[in-house]
Amino acid sequence: MAKTTTNRYRYHIPDPTEVITDEIILQHIEAGSKVVDLGCGDGRLLSLLRDEHDCEVLGVELDQESIFAAVSRGVSVVRDDLDQGIPTIPSGAFDYAVLSQTLQQVRNTTRVLREMLRIARRALVVLPNYGNWKVRVQVALHGRAPVTEALPYEWFDTPNVHWMSLRDFRDLVDRMGIRIVKELPIIGKKAVGRAWAANFRADNALYVLESANSETTDSKNVGQPTHD
Amino acid sequence: MASEIIETTPSGENSVGIVETQFATLFEPPHELVTSGGKTLGPITVAYETYGELSPEKDNAIFICHALTGDAHAAGIHSDEDTKPGWWDDFVGPGKGLDTDRHFVICANVLGGCQGTTGPSSIDPVTGERYCLSFPVVTVGDIVEVHYALARHLGVEKLLAAVGGSLGGFQVLEWAARYPDSINAAVVLASAANLSAQGIAFNTVGRRAILADPNFHDGKYHEHAEGPRYGLSLARMLAHITYLSEDSIEQKFGRRLQHSDKLAYDLLRETEFQIESYLHYQGKRFVERFDANSYLYLTKAMDYFHLEDKYGSIAKAFRNTDIRFLVVSYSTDWLFPTSQSREIVGALIETGKHVTCTEYDAPFGHDSFLIDLEPLSRLLHPFLEQAQHLRSSGEKTTSRNKK
Repeated sequence: MAKTTTNRYRYHIPDPTEVITDEIILQHIEAGSKVVDLGCGDGRLLSLLRDEHDCEVLGVELDQESIFAAVSRGVSVVRDDLDQGIPTIPSGAFDYAVLSQTLQQVRNTTRVLREMLRIARRALVVLPNYGNWKVRVQVALHGRAPVTEALPYEWFDTPNVHWMSLRDFRDLVDRMGIRIVKELPIIGKKAVGRAWAANFRADNALYVLESANSETTDSKNVGQPTHD
Repeated sequence: MASEIIETTPSGENSVGIVETQFATLFEPPHELVTSGGKTLGPITVAYETYGELSPEKDNAIFICHALTGDAHAAGIHSDEDTKPGWWDDFVGPGKGLDTDRHFVICANVLGGCQGTTGPSSIDPVTGERYCLSFPVVTVGDIVEVHYALARHLGVEKLLAAVGGSLGGFQVLEWAARYPDSINAAVVLASAANLSAQGIAFNTVGRRAILADPNFHDGKYHEHAEGPRYGLSLARMLAHITYLSEDSIEQKFGRRLQHSDKLAYDLLRETEFQIESYLHYQGKRFVERFDANSYLYLTKAMDYFHLEDKYGSIAKAFRNTDIRFLVVSYSTDWLFPTSQSREIVGALIETGKHVTCTEYDAPFGHDSFLIDLEPLSRLLHPFLEQAQHLRSSGEKTTSRNKK
């Protein structure tokens, strides 16, 4: 079941797993935090954070239609192109910068990650895992570009411009001097705290990231996953 | 600070119809306005128009702050024969960006202006003569104090929103800083927290053109047959260029000639190129409707506007407010570039305020805020709806302001 997208100028693409992803993100943000969602789409996650977690929220979005939708929910939005950095947002203005299912869609991956940790103490990134076994089977056995539930796009019509596995992502953030406070593999619809062979089994993963030189080096502030 | 010469056509069923400019007398002695420069001024006549009905709860009032050469006549026509609707008629009316079916919209001529509100061409009650250059220097703060007094005079304690572009945006920002509890939402279009040095540079050349005109007569040109027409039109021609964009001039006029397809090799022919002809026309029309002294005073008010200077920083200017901001800029506006809007937005985010901002790709330069109204109208509807909803439900507008 391939999804199609024709609008190249939006980052946020409706995703079948996003409701589950939202739940998992909500569990990792403490009530009352200041949260900025990069590629906030219609502001659904942010309105949840605001209404149920008492968070102070702001969205960043490029697509004008999505901005109308977010503003209709009372969510404030700054229009910026993530590929151009986020020049409007001052450094250290937020506790959490969220980037859900979007990193694989921006061109300048490292720049976006650095910008996230410039504007927020912690970055919360959810990304698809191209190391998942279903992907491997489609590529290795069938010789096809993968289309899975987690990666629902045909190769010719995908907004995704980067293909990475959990291993690849770990390597990148390590090279960038970014510390992984937490890695949470998401298998099917469940976040699995301690998954064996995560790079093989996970469809998606959530990462909580900090600058390696950040002072808060323990993970006591991070909500522990309740799903296992 | 925009040209406001956009040709609009009477819009029929979407129009607010026939409207009348009204007048209020405020700041009567001994309650004169004390200007930023320490002078007292009063009584002050304010010319204003209103569109739509004020709700019984008085929670639907929107104040339009006009730009440099605008006036109180934002929408509708003044008579059946009137072919020229108000300057923002495409934006103000039933179902439009500022929807007069839902909102009570107020627009007033600014203090120091020349379209009905007290300004340098008004009669000084003390001398019985026109103020001319004895009129005190006024600032954006003084202008807003008069607007604020008018809103209260009309029975509005708290506006749903103040909306304005360019110099109008200055007024909205000043309003939010000065009277933070008197508005719910601030809509700032093609504006900035201060006029840039480049903006001051253009203004000073414009003023110099007026002051150097032999017909200026120290501002008392009303006593003479001819005013500083040449200087004022030159000021307008110069300013008008700053309201356009390179692209829009190129597309609209290019290098095309006005009367011929051959160069005339005539040094003194003033309007050989179409762009020359256009600017001359704009200058000429402007002189018919605007007072040279007002131009001096209002450009000076723009030059002086500097939130940071006045309040310490942009963030400090808004620290006591839970106003919801909407800041809009236009990609081809080089007089008030997006970077200046970002400056405001960054400061608001830093202090945890509610701010939505967007840059629209519009080719019309600074004038875009008068022309490119469709996307703005669409955004404004949910924005104002939220502002009103949060206000009437008495809900805390935001958890972003708690800390």
